[in-house]
Amino acid sequence: MAEAQTLESGESAAPSGYADTRTIGGPILSVENIVVKFGGVTAINDVSFDVREGEIRAIIGPNGAGKSSMLNVLNGFYKPRSGKINFAGQSFPAMDPYFAASNGIARTFQNIALFRGMSTLDNLMTGRMLKMKRNFFWQCLYFGPAQKEELENRAHVERVIDFLEIAALRRTPVGRLPYGLQKRVELGRALAMDPKILLLDEPMAGMNVEEKEDMSRFIIDVNEEFGTTVILIEHDMGVVMDLSDRVVVLDYGSKIADGTPDEVRANQDVIDAYLGVSHD
Amino acid sequence: MLYRETGQFKRNYAADQQLFPIFQDKILLGVILTVALAVIPFVINDYWSKAILLPFMVYSFIALGLNILVGYCGQISLGTGGFMAVGAYSSYKLCTAFPEMNLVFVILLSGGCTAAVGVLFGLPSLRIKGFYLAVATLAAQFFLIWMFNKVPWFYNYEMSQITAPPREMFGFLVSGPQASPTAQYLFVLGFLIVFTWIALNLVRGRIGRSWMSIRDMDIAAELLGIKPLKTKLSAFAVSSFYIGIGGALIFHIWLGTVEATEAFDILQSFFVLFAIIIGGLGSVLGAYLGAAFMALMPVGLKVVLVDGAGMAVDTAKHIEIMLVGSLIIFFLIKEPHGLARMWQITKEKLRLWPFPY
Amino acid sequence: MEFLHALLIQPFADMVMEPAFFIETLVKGLMAGVLYSLVALGFVLIFKASGVFNFAQGVMALFAALTLTGLMELLEPSGMPKALIVILAIAATIVVMILLALIIERLVLRPLVNQELIILFMATLGLSYVLEGAGDLLWGSDVKVLDIGLPTDVWDINGVFIEQLDVTAAIAAGSLVAVLAVFFTKTRIGRALRAVADDHQAALSVGISLQQIWVIVWSVAGIVALVAGIMWGSKSGVQFSLSLIALKALPVLILGGFTSIPGAIIGGLIIGVGEKIVEVFWYSVHGGAVENWFAFMLALVFLMFRPQGLFGDKIIERV
Repeated sequence: MAEAQTLESGESAAPSGYADTRTIGGPILSVENIVVKFGGVTAINDVSFDVREGEIRAIIGPNGAGKSSMLNVLNGFYKPRSGKINFAGQSFPAMDPYFAASNGIARTFQNIALFRGMSTLDNLMTGRMLKMKRNFFWQCLYFGPAQKEELENRAHVERVIDFLEIAALRRTPVGRLPYGLQKRVELGRALAMDPKILLLDEPMAGMNVEEKEDMSRFIIDVNEEFGTTVILIEHDMGVVMDLSDRVVVLDYGSKIADGTPDEVRANQDVIDAYLGVSHD
Repeated sequence: MLYRETGQFKRNYAADQQLFPIFQDKILLGVILTVALAVIPFVINDYWSKAILLPFMVYSFIALGLNILVGYCGQISLGTGGFMAVGAYSSYKLCTAFPEMNLVFVILLSGGCTAAVGVLFGLPSLRIKGFYLAVATLAAQFFLIWMFNKVPWFYNYEMSQITAPPREMFGFLVSGPQASPTAQYLFVLGFLIVFTWIALNLVRGRIGRSWMSIRDMDIAAELLGIKPLKTKLSAFAVSSFYIGIGGALIFHIWLGTVEATEAFDILQSFFVLFAIIIGGLGSVLGAYLGAAFMALMPVGLKVVLVDGAGMAVDTAKHIEIMLVGSLIIFFLIKEPHGLARMWQITKEKLRLWPFPY
Repeated sequence: MEFLHALLIQPFADMVMEPAFFIETLVKGLMAGVLYSLVALGFVLIFKASGVFNFAQGVMALFAALTLTGLMELLEPSGMPKALIVILAIAATIVVMILLALIIERLVLRPLVNQELIILFMATLGLSYVLEGAGDLLWGSDVKVLDIGLPTDVWDINGVFIEQLDVTAAIAAGSLVAVLAVFFTKTRIGRALRAVADDHQAALSVGISLQQIWVIVWSVAGIVALVAGIMWGSKSGVQFSLSLIALKALPVLILGGFTSIPGAIIGGLIIGVGEKIVEVFWYSVHGGAVENWFAFMLALVFLMFRPQGLFGDKIIERV
């Protein structure tokens, strides 16, 4: 819990704390009765929850509880067997990855999924892909509209670079960066998309205390300054309880609790699930 | 000492994103272009044209195309020979069917035909990758060559060997046996300069980044809103366009007469693939260096081993094959990014030389 | 109309009208298929144990056959009986193939360990050039006759002609598969091989030496290549085109699945029979030489619908 205390005494207040200036809106994204199966294995069983605009929503649960599968459903990489997803005023049996991306859902991955052969700058620029419209002809020519567009988006990416304090890494191929910085670049790539909703799959896994503090600070800043809704999977309970507004708890693919961090912490099913399975 | 970027500050993003941000690189490029445009045309002769410069230039062109597919988009292809044949035969059909059409348009259009065929054979790439795709592209290679050899329509119901008719540009003959080496050289050089510039623009912009993101991590790319099929097919199209133009240039300018089974067999596919591995995957400069190496090494070896050491031509050929194979393995182990990366490292070292710390 | 007739009716009519010819074609196809299977078998062994897609397998067969004929020519003047020469030459070739495996492991595989598989694939492309050049350099590149005393007569069974050499090839392939099956399931090394095939890291953690396993697998693949080279060489001479024909083992693998030994056999037979029958009975439609691409096109169609092959493991993608 050490990092939790530093956070609270840190410069930006935890969202659950006193100086909360955000406005939490109505539901921006919700899932109803989602079922995901792989062959005979049920990864997610009849899970429903909603995410409100501007909040930090955590999904927790022991290993294999179906958390990452849930994120994969949310941005369309997995197609659920049944259930529906409500987003952007529409209802779908499954999300389309392109629709998700073009409507402002960005994500990071549990095992870093950066483009290893490209520089940090180019990685972030891929996040601007959907904002760049100039067609093939202008791209061949480069000078003129394509260059203008390139520079506008470069300026935007530079703001993300400043925000994440990675200016020194611009030209470095990401394959050569240490783990913690790769995670940060991956967050940057998601932020470059100007997301409405940010899906973070274990953003702090494998990090030391300082790196976790940095990452927590970035998440809070993104949420507060840009009003970005965050959906977060994390194993570090201290981080989850401090950062999030509401928590969904999954166990063996089913939802066993849903509520504020305090409610969830007091829930008997959650205590059983965590003590029953040997995990932190 | 000469290669310093100290004092060359970039004041805006446009300056930072130039193709050649360092002043000394611009001078080097200027020198190369001056020699290529203002010196070589006056000294070129038939041997230099047919044995050295034309092969180097057309293979650079083709290697550039293949590098877009393999090096930038990560889709491996062994069908290069087949696509070159599409370029050659479609340009033959076009220029015999429309004798009035300018050769530049003929060649561009045959590039277009090749792009369409490339897209067709690129369709399986949505479902398969890596060496599975390599096998699928072998199908293109063998089928296309068979088709050009068996279907008489493609060679106008005459002999299966096709011959380039004489064509003029600005009053100078550029194809056919009477064409002058200078005109041919400049014709190919023109294509090379224009399309190298276009390739550089493509790979540094949005499209190039979408290719590279598919190469490095296709799933993440998809979740960023990059459409995998569209991106892969665009790489197949652009790559085949270049390869097709290269094939048409081989037919019209360099060789003059070709026969599909000989000029465009599978060994050509290997040849170009090796050129980009040695030159540098995912690098425009690499395509040039690799093509130079692969096209000029046999000439060099012949001079040294046959003319110099008096070896049999056969033996020299075997040594050449072994050497190419060993170099492929050597580069994959020591420097997977090839000669282009070596050049870059040399430049990095030059910047610090003579005080490396 | 005429075209449709030639495409849809005439070939089948021919098959029914001349059953002896049909069976003969079928047998010829099966035998070509056995040879494809033999090359494919070598691929599968290496792919299973190391994940390496060995493009050089066909050239290995060529190299083995070249070495064998070369050694037999060297031993010829010694005046030893023919049988002894053949046995000595085969033994020596096996030693050469094992040495080759050692060299490949040391110089190619070990430095490239943990590299992307596509890099290893391209390395085997380079390897195929090295072997081809080396084989030609050592033994010359002219077409050679390989005669190790296999029966070459033709049986005439009620008008169906069957070459004894083909039958020998089938028997050799069959026994090779049987021996390999025993080797894989019953011996300690076989178990280690399967462990490595399942999971490199896990195999390492229980004390299996990857390097040793790779040498063994490449040696076995080398010996399989020798058998394929002998059969092919006896049939149509030892020459460079052998390594190109061996490329057809690739579509065989796509049909059979890259990890399945029965798949390699059945895939080989399907392709062998398929291309022979299309070549012979649909000749009027395509005008010949379809054997060059039929196998690859079939594989292409297969890849669109069932990328894992007939017997391969299903491919699952994860994030």
